[in-house]
Amino acid sequence: MNVLLDTLFNGLAIGSVLMLAALGLAVVFGLMGVINMAHGELMMLGAYTTFVVQNLLKNGPLEGLFPAYILLSIPLAFLVSGLAGLLLEKTVIRRLYGRPLETLLATWGVSLILQQFVRSVSSAFFIGLIAAVALGLLAPRLLPAAWWRQRWSPLLGVGSWVGAGAIGIGLAAALGNDRSLDQPWFSARNIDVTAPEWLRGSIDVAGVTMPTARLFIIALTLVSLLAVHWFLQKSVWGIRIRAVTQNRPMSSCLGIPTEKVDALTFLVGSGLAGVAGVAVTLLGSVGPNLGGNYIVDCFMVVVLGGVGKLLGTVVAAMGIGVLSYILGSGSLLLLWPQMPAGLNETITFFATTSMAKVLVFILIVVFLQFRPAGLFPQKGRMVEA
Amino acid sequence: MTITSNTSVTPAAFLRRWWPWIAIIAAALILPFILPPFRLNLLGRFLSLGIVALGIDLIWGYTGLLSLGQGIFFALGGYAIAMYLQLDSLEPGQLPEFFGLYGVKALPLFWQPFSSPWFTLVAIWVIPALVAGLLGYLVFRNRIKGVYFSILTQAALLVFFNFFNGQQKLINGTNGLKTDTASFFGQMVGSDAMQRNLFWVTVLLVIAAWTLCRWLTTGRFGDALIAVRDDEPRLRFTGYNPTAFKTVVFTVAGALAGISGALYTVQSGMVSPQFMAVPFSIEMVIWVAVGGRGTLIGAVLGAVLINYAKSLISEQLPETWLFIQGGLFLLVVTALPDGVVGWWRQGGPGRILAMLGSSPASATYPGLDLDPDVLAEKRAIEGRARAQESGASQPSGAER
Repeated sequence: MNVLLDTLFNGLAIGSVLMLAALGLAVVFGLMGVINMAHGELMMLGAYTTFVVQNLLKNGPLEGLFPAYILLSIPLAFLVSGLAGLLLEKTVIRRLYGRPLETLLATWGVSLILQQFVRSVSSAFFIGLIAAVALGLLAPRLLPAAWWRQRWSPLLGVGSWVGAGAIGIGLAAALGNDRSLDQPWFSARNIDVTAPEWLRGSIDVAGVTMPTARLFIIALTLVSLLAVHWFLQKSVWGIRIRAVTQNRPMSSCLGIPTEKVDALTFLVGSGLAGVAGVAVTLLGSVGPNLGGNYIVDCFMVVVLGGVGKLLGTVVAAMGIGVLSYILGSGSLLLLWPQMPAGLNETITFFATTSMAKVLVFILIVVFLQFRPAGLFPQKGRMVEA
Repeated sequence: MTITSNTSVTPAAFLRRWWPWIAIIAAALILPFILPPFRLNLLGRFLSLGIVALGIDLIWGYTGLLSLGQGIFFALGGYAIAMYLQLDSLEPGQLPEFFGLYGVKALPLFWQPFSSPWFTLVAIWVIPALVAGLLGYLVFRNRIKGVYFSILTQAALLVFFNFFNGQQKLINGTNGLKTDTASFFGQMVGSDAMQRNLFWVTVLLVIAAWTLCRWLTTGRFGDALIAVRDDEPRLRFTGYNPTAFKTVVFTVAGALAGISGALYTVQSGMVSPQFMAVPFSIEMVIWVAVGGRGTLIGAVLGAVLINYAKSLISEQLPETWLFIQGGLFLLVVTALPDGVVGWWRQGGPGRILAMLGSSPASATYPGLDLDPDVLAEKRAIEGRARAQESGASQPSGAER
């Protein structure tokens, strides 16, 4: 009985991390049809925000707030990742609506850039980047207006960005001579977030040891889920989002600002990734490659659950979490000691974390053979031919 | 390629038609003697990556199936040849070294056929093709397509990656299999003379793979593939079965990936589960995208040029490569949807020259379009439109 409860708790804990990570993806993919491969990197931004908040509060005038830094970093991480997502939507994604394969490639490119950005960002680099972006955006204003009416104007557009980039790189290189500005902020190493005192212990209930950090993550997941549910079902903007999802031209005719809705949806989805990033820092040290560990799993959750259904995401994440824990920890052998020898060998073969993943993914692919649209398929007449 | 109708071929016409081939053959013959062995090895490796890119072009550029899991087939081909080389260079009765580390006494049953060179030569492409065929059939049968197909192939890739990573006893897990110290026809695989031969083999196979893809895409089969890409429901309603076409072309791409992986493994000296890492398979897609999807030569060029650029840049400024690669993804998607070769074929350079004013813009109605008055008026209107556009907000986003 103890083993059963223990397994269930650990499975739920894994599942809730997965669900928190997949929730934002479900919003973006389910409602907008955009494949955001940079979702994992937005999580990473959330994790790094937590790290920065912790360091700011650790030693300084605000030390009294330190125990609550993890709570403070949740809205901040939402904001940082959300704004990064908003920027991504405004610059890249909006050109690619209706072309999901292209969004996949473009966001993969963004994820590579974000990874390297976190590794090599220093003050000099950051100033150079800001200068380059500002120059690139201001170029149409700064250059004579007549230049933009020539035959070669499209080349000027490209050229101005190349020039702005060159100036930014030059500036960063010049500032980089100063040792204090050249210091990378995070470097390529992993960062560690130490959980505050009140998240370090564990609680014993009915003989099951529950680490407080895990309980905190489960609670955070629940709160996020309820918040998203409320936002989509009850709030005005949520209703608009759902309307645009169902029928874009009609919503537009009825006066819903579809572009704003797109931007908002993307912001919320990306912000949720940031919140997931906060949760992930409690599980161990995180690094620039954090995103890669989660992105495929998150997509599996969304596909298995059925696109566009939050309930599906919940069930799929919990199912995958519990199943991979049961298989990976080998607790099936503890629960059922008199297993037939053949089955026993098979279970032992898959009883590591990575092999459990193999089996779970195979099961998902097999499952999709019977239910290609996932656990909770979209019903209605909008099905593609 | 156009077929000239005149029967008497003058040398000039012959040259005009065949110069790319003459250049390729000349380069293939000369390069091994002028490049240092290290660079030749790199070139050989990147050319072999061109074969997997050809396969991706076939399934993505022509059929519209974006597979993010070609690394599976690539690595399977690599493992097949690596095991053969390990077994071939052993004394009878010995086992490859790593088996001893994990206490394996006898060669596992599924490795035994790989001591035969003929079996291996066939297995290099048949095993990946079978895996691809099975995976493709299961996926296509359910009409899983678009991004779902991409995500599923990526998941399959992760399954194989974890499996190969976790199996220390059978396939040496994370460490992979080494081939550079193995011998092959009495020579070390890593030696310079061997490298030259491998380079020629690679060139020949790239040409063969190109010819195969060319043949597949020009006939009725190719038309069906393009139909699948452009409007699959219509093809189905016309009485064709897209599943068969998709499965076949995915199988062919798998076989090409296997051959490519085998060539790459022999030249790079080892195969490891890293060949199945998620980023590597997505990189393959970007070679094709930059070179030009739907243009076979673009896939090969993209693979060779991007990898060469990667190795050069990574030697000098390792930190910038990811930025450049990410930028390439963005550039290709937003500005160059048909890649460099596609841009070239659609008259891109001419357009740029026209923008710079060195050659006149092409005229549909020369009498009207080239009239100075009309031109002046047109420029005025365009200027006004541009001013309005920059005054108002961004142009409205594309509809879904």
